[in-house]
Amino acid sequence: MSRLRTNRIIDSGFRYLGIAATFFGLVILALFILNILQQGLGRIDGAFLTSLPSRRASRAGILTAWTGTAWILFLTALIAIPLGVAAGIYLEEYGKKNRLARIVEINIANLAGVPSILYGLLGLEVFVRAMRMGSSLLAGACTLSLLILPVIIVATREAIRAVPNTLREASYGMGATRWQTIWYQVLPAASGGILTGVILALSRAIGETAPLIVIGALAYVPFVARSPMDEFTVLPMQIFNWISRPQQAFLVNGAAAIIILLAITFCMNGIAVYLRNRWQKKINW
Amino acid sequence: MTANGKHVVKKQTERWIERGLALSALITMLTTAGIIWILASESWEFFKEVSIIDFLTDTQWTPLFVDKHYGILPLLTGTLLTTLIAILTALPLGIVIAVYLSEYASQGFRRAIKPALEILAAVPTVVYGFFALTVVTPFLQNFIPGLSTFNALSAGIVMGIMIIPLISSLSEDALYAVPRSLREASFGMGANRFQTGFRVVVPAASSGILVSVILAISRAIGETMVVAVAAGQQPNLTFDPRQAVETITTYIVQVSLGDVQHNSLEYRTIFAAGITLFLFTFALNHISFRLKKRYQEQYE
Repeated sequence: MSRLRTNRIIDSGFRYLGIAATFFGLVILALFILNILQQGLGRIDGAFLTSLPSRRASRAGILTAWTGTAWILFLTALIAIPLGVAAGIYLEEYGKKNRLARIVEINIANLAGVPSILYGLLGLEVFVRAMRMGSSLLAGACTLSLLILPVIIVATREAIRAVPNTLREASYGMGATRWQTIWYQVLPAASGGILTGVILALSRAIGETAPLIVIGALAYVPFVARSPMDEFTVLPMQIFNWISRPQQAFLVNGAAAIIILLAITFCMNGIAVYLRNRWQKKINW
Repeated sequence: MTANGKHVVKKQTERWIERGLALSALITMLTTAGIIWILASESWEFFKEVSIIDFLTDTQWTPLFVDKHYGILPLLTGTLLTTLIAILTALPLGIVIAVYLSEYASQGFRRAIKPALEILAAVPTVVYGFFALTVVTPFLQNFIPGLSTFNALSAGIVMGIMIIPLISSLSEDALYAVPRSLREASFGMGANRFQTGFRVVVPAASSGILVSVILAISRAIGETMVVAVAAGQQPNLTFDPRQAVETITTYIVQVSLGDVQHNSLEYRTIFAAGITLFLFTFALNHISFRLKKRYQEQYE
């Protein structure tokens, strides 16, 4: 009888342990963020957003960093979205059964596991040196595009797979060609899922630091980039630079910049989750 | 143009579009080939000047000093130490979460909490580095005397928190995929949820759980910013978690931040370090891929 009771206590005890474990990470993250808000929120003002970097912490701002991040977001989207969606369409609509598609599929699974810093080494040798782009925004965007391509491809494939075949058959029945069917029927129907994947992928690209350090993005850029061939810095680079210094004032700057970066990241993730929910509700094929 | 001519043009356009799409898919192949080619060719040049035996057995890594040594061991132990601490943090939490969500929690809670946990993985890693350096290390210094400002312990713990969702989510998928009949048989024998969860469902899903752990290890080995910010930048052949260590990834960052001449031996060290990193993560990913295929076949 006592054994049964012990078992019962363990059983219900585990329920509490489970809840505690589930919320452990989230609570810690919340504490971290509170701490950051406390440290950095007071530092954010108009001047912080519109000032160039400076050797003096109190005068330094994140103008070059956030414009660099905006540039990178724009260029990476421009490169990665068409390539990723096109590859996803090919693998799902054209090459379903052939061997090439199978190899590509295994390869994409492998690529997703390659550490991001190794993409930096690839970008350094191929884009920065062989293609002579230098440590430019374009080289950074190309490197990050390769990094997030697997995510976009996988999301595109899943979204396309969810489109029912009846839609395709109806389109073919009306005399549409394969591409017309994809362009006018399949893609619009899959657009919600694709968009969700694309936003998540871009949000990841914005937070990346390591590959950009390797391709030679600078921590100190005293001007706002005007063309894709300019040298650049981004928010995570600026944060890394500031928090690597021993002075407290720079740590505060780092905390303030982290608030901006987290706000962007959470916004993008929020939009993605919202779109996913709406899209999932809408389809009731 | 005749109707027939139009048809031919249409067909040709279709073919060109298909080629364009296939080319996009091929870029992912080129990426893999490019990474392997670059790591291999630059390392080849490196190993022309440094013997591979020194690389694997020398206990010092000092390519940037006057007295140069090229032993990868200190970087390897630094990487393995931080990874080990991360897994020790994430594994128990991840498994408990997975069992709780799959065996105890209601459907609604499950569906609500999974995206919330993903937030942990969405936070940029440089931010986690800041947490490790400015929150966790000062906090731990209260209890652990001799914990240096940069140390493997806090970097590892924070990295562990970061990879909780990787383990919990994949493990939970594996637990959830275990057929109901197994649970019902166990309940029928008088077992409670805890006993069913840990003695029936977890063993049945063990290969799926193993996959999640292997992927988490691979992720931790390749993680860069947390360790670059919080674990230090001194190659240190030690398993003492209170000390500063340098990981393979941190070393690559360190060299990239300085100005090292292209085509010099110092420059090539980052590719030799990179290929070591690649081989480890590639092997782990490959094992997990194989395992995953095997257990998927079992259930279908």
